[in-house]
Amino acid sequence: MIKPALSDEILLKIDKPARYLGNEVNMIRKNPGDVDVRFAMCFPDVYEIGMSHLGIQILYDMLNRREDTYCERVYSPWPDLHKIMKEQQIPLFTLETQSPVRDMDFLGITLQYEMSYTNILQILDLSGIPFHAAKRSEADPIVIGGGPCAYNPEPLADYFDLFYIGEGETRYEDLLNLYKEYKHQGKSRAEFLESAAKIPGMYVPSLYEVTYGEDGTIASFSPVKEGIPALVKKEIAMDLTDTPYPTKPLVPYIKATQDRVVLEIMRGCIRGCRFCQAGMIYRPTRERNLEQLKQWAYEMLKNTGHEEISLSSLSSSDYTQLKELVTFLIEEFKGKGINISLPSLRIDAFSLDVMSKVQDVRKSSLTFAPEAGSQRLRDVINKGLTEEVILEGAGQAFEGGWQKVKLYFMLGLPTETEEDMKEIPRLAEKIAERYYEIPKDERNGKCQITISASFFVPKPFTPFQWAPMCSRDEFLGRARVVNEEVKQQLNKKSLKYNWHEADVTVLEGVFARGDRRVGRVLEQAYKNGCIFDAWTEFFDNEKWISAFEETGISMDFYNTRERSVDELLPWDFIDCGVSKEFLKREWEKAQKGMVTQNCRMQCSGCGAMQFEGGVCFENQN
Amino acid sequence: MKIRIKFTKYGMMRFIGHLDMMRYFQKAMRRAEIDIAYSEGFSPHQIMSFAAPLGVGITSEGEYLDIEVHSSKSSKEALKALNEVMVEGVEVLEYRELPEGTKNAMSSVAAADYLVTYKNTGADACKPVFTELSKALQKFYQEQSEVLITKQTKKGEKVMDLKPLIYELEAVDVKGETGFFMKVCTGSTDNVKPELVLLAFSDYCKATGACEFHFEPLKMQIHRIEVYVLDGAEFIPLGELGQDIE
Repeated sequence: MIKPALSDEILLKIDKPARYLGNEVNMIRKNPGDVDVRFAMCFPDVYEIGMSHLGIQILYDMLNRREDTYCERVYSPWPDLHKIMKEQQIPLFTLETQSPVRDMDFLGITLQYEMSYTNILQILDLSGIPFHAAKRSEADPIVIGGGPCAYNPEPLADYFDLFYIGEGETRYEDLLNLYKEYKHQGKSRAEFLESAAKIPGMYVPSLYEVTYGEDGTIASFSPVKEGIPALVKKEIAMDLTDTPYPTKPLVPYIKATQDRVVLEIMRGCIRGCRFCQAGMIYRPTRERNLEQLKQWAYEMLKNTGHEEISLSSLSSSDYTQLKELVTFLIEEFKGKGINISLPSLRIDAFSLDVMSKVQDVRKSSLTFAPEAGSQRLRDVINKGLTEEVILEGAGQAFEGGWQKVKLYFMLGLPTETEEDMKEIPRLAEKIAERYYEIPKDERNGKCQITISASFFVPKPFTPFQWAPMCSRDEFLGRARVVNEEVKQQLNKKSLKYNWHEADVTVLEGVFARGDRRVGRVLEQAYKNGCIFDAWTEFFDNEKWISAFEETGISMDFYNTRERSVDELLPWDFIDCGVSKEFLKREWEKAQKGMVTQNCRMQCSGCGAMQFEGGVCFENQN
Repeated sequence: MKIRIKFTKYGMMRFIGHLDMMRYFQKAMRRAEIDIAYSEGFSPHQIMSFAAPLGVGITSEGEYLDIEVHSSKSSKEALKALNEVMVEGVEVLEYRELPEGTKNAMSSVAAADYLVTYKNTGADACKPVFTELSKALQKFYQEQSEVLITKQTKKGEKVMDLKPLIYELEAVDVKGETGFFMKVCTGSTDNVKPELVLLAFSDYCKATGACEFHFEPLKMQIHRIEVYVLDGAEFIPLGELGQDIE
């Protein structure tokens, strides 16, 4: 049995020691002495969040299928343990073998959201790995980043040796083989990175140089050596039937956020909402095979003992064989005490029928994401949901016994007017009115319409990547407009509006569209004591504000400034498959309020067809 | 039918709390394909009850849980199926059918045996010698007419006598290392934690100088050996109420 890296004294003192012990069901055991490559896979947030992430489970399974590689896991120590580790200088360790992270060959960190960035520095700090890639020695692991935020890796450029742009399934083989070769030949870190940079999808920031113009925008961005590609093209798995899938996923002892079997049915989304980064960078839409999903459902439930199974995709309703899959799951597992969870379904007769079978109608709530209050603005963002469809869906649901509706909106979308803001509560009011059309003796008391409005952050590789973002005060002002309008509604007692703070949003904006220079702020913020910024109980805006002041970085330059379509953007060296021309066209159409059809109705020529598969070639031979 | 399962908990698993152990076993039942019964209702749950929750940090070779099943494999087969899906640190020792009408594990627990030893941290300068500890425990437990302790309750402090709740207490020699053995009252009404006995003894030693013993919880490993029901005047292990299924 492996000895824990932490003493009994510490383990009995901290919250949830199971976060740091490993030994979970289906954990992979190998003798580290028997492998060539030791890989620490890190999700830079607390264990319960990290363990819920499908991508890590896929990579963990995939890397461990290699006999010459041992992939272990690392998560962010919670602040209680963080403090102890700093005080007692305990090096950060992997869960599997409880070995120091610094002894690994690779430290892979997934970049899922901007507010996890200070936790990356925490991981490096506790591991004893220099923050700056340039200062790392041959003894330090190669620090590699991947995931959605890697589509603009520039704010993190100084801290990573390597970024993997795209889906992990395609190039880890090449990368690890190359590493092994270099390790056995005793070659240097720099030599390895230079070769790695030539593998498709790999970006080695130290091999690129950026210059800036007088106005602060990027003047040039180019490789410093010959043979290093100027453009890094995303990697993507085109045949999802043959890619490995973790049919024996890890089962944590403590309750993880996602305490269930997760079946990924599809990647990509056909919808093309103009604010949505996932909808662009994961193009083209690729479906998994129905029969294989059925088989995996059996195996995964058996191998984990989970009581619940959930489907995962960006928009499950667009999976062409959804009906067959859901019917199968209900018929096969419902009677065996398995709950079936169906997130991201469009509300219609089919989904309401299915949901009434798998959940308690009285307790559950119905979710709509109109994203904008008015039809005009919904056209701007290309959200194809109309008021008619929402009211129809809600009406059917109310008649089926539902009483709770959740509505998701964004404030601060491009071209938003005061009228658009006021339409948010008015839409909620119409839904409430639809409920009260049901005769009193047939309905079950009041309805509850919850309005949730987040603040819009423009993201790279979306048609809104050029859009100015609102300032903090502007966001709060818009929220106030909504709040006032809620009070004007007839059924205001049935409406609930959830406020948000805007400080975090503003920071997200800076790191979403930032360049290399904003990396300095992160380091300063970490020094000021910022970690777990995604957690409201730990987020400390004052420390961030002073970090910006201390480094002299202007938030407005990155957020509120309108970018010209000719500007060289920090992420322009990445080819995500969707062309800049397409994004420009969409940005222009957005300003005119013109909608673009989804991929199944009509191809809009985004560029993703170059991958030669998925939805672009559906119904073709 | 009702099944009583006996299992061990050691190593890293000692840090897994009681509620998480319950979740662990619920999932293990599914993995082992035990034909467990579910409660009625919209979200059915497995019919399962644990005997006596074990504190975090304590190891055990005598934990029990009862389940209700629709049908069952033989004990031998069920043990094999369960042990194939266990993690390092949990081993299933018994799988036995309970006669109709047996009280469930939780409500029938009466006593438990514990072994308390020093962890081998090397820096323990003040381990008492066996003979000295033995004598001191004799004085503390056998020769005192009562063992009074002050317990913190919601209403304030309460003085209670531990002596009638301690059934056995003696020094033991485990491979040359001195430790404690105790059988104490366990259950939902009068639950005596071994820590409480050690704390009382520690206070006694301090007051009387009977022995060089000072209780430091982190330096000692508590280990549960067995859990008992009271059958007439006799304590019998929970597992003995069941019978192996052929």
